[in-house]
Amino acid sequence: MHIPYTIHARPDTGLFNAKLGVWLFLASEVMLFGALFSSYVLLRIGAPSWPHGFEILNIPLATLNTVVLITSSITMVMAWASLKIHDFARYKRYIGATVGLGFVFLIIKAFEYGAKFSAGIYPSESTFLAIYFTLTGLHGLHVVGGMIVNGYFWGPGSRMWHTEPERFTNRIEVAGLYWHFVDLVWIFLFPVLYLL
Amino acid sequence: MSRSPEEIKKHVRVYVNVFVALMGLTVITVAISYLHLSVVPAVILALIVATIKGSLVASYFMHLINEKKMIFATLILTGIFFAALMSLPLIFHIDKFY
Repeated sequence: MHIPYTIHARPDTGLFNAKLGVWLFLASEVMLFGALFSSYVLLRIGAPSWPHGFEILNIPLATLNTVVLITSSITMVMAWASLKIHDFARYKRYIGATVGLGFVFLIIKAFEYGAKFSAGIYPSESTFLAIYFTLTGLHGLHVVGGMIVNGYFWGPGSRMWHTEPERFTNRIEVAGLYWHFVDLVWIFLFPVLYLL
Repeated sequence: MSRSPEEIKKHVRVYVNVFVALMGLTVITVAISYLHLSVVPAVILALIVATIKGSLVASYFMHLINEKKMIFATLILTGIFFAALMSLPLIFHIDKFY
């Protein structure tokens, strides 16, 4: 079956189909996280008292995770740029680094969660902790999803480069859009949960 | 997005500059938290810095700076619904502001 507009732009949208599809998906993701952010604001305004994130959570670890995720964003865009200049070996290094940094992010997060659980701090402890675990847990699942997709494009999925290089480059561009979105969500989660 | 290899090489320099800016803004975000400001100015400052960081990611890493109209139309519609969603808690607690 021939799938149309995987390489060239559709005349009416000016975009290849996967790109528009991923942007529409990201729009739905904005609403998903938006609903949770809205719930956070509702709960915080309505609460008689609200703890400061920095009193309960580990700021140095979260800062390190911010650095890790931002670094993974540049390795992701460099992976795409490498394909654009037809340097496949360099692409493999950058996409591999992106997956690796995603893994580092999850290890740090697991360490942070583990420290909380071993101290008897659970989501049921308070409304703040419930929304903290919900938001960071959902974000963590998004990181896992991105790593699976990027891992596929680092491994078996990268074979497409040798048969349909332009289509493969487009795939990496849209995978990158998703990965940058995950980074973008963290950019807002970090100050909202940890620093305020 | 069809760009020549020469163009891409120029863009790589921009990506590195954006990365450095994002790191700098992360330091600023953390530094602001150590000022121990009261809630309202702390929230405003934190959201301003986060918005600048988010805009850099969206504009350069997600290439929104030179994207097609269809994407902007989608994002404007998303923005309207997002704003409506975020205004709900304020509407529910409007009496607190009087």
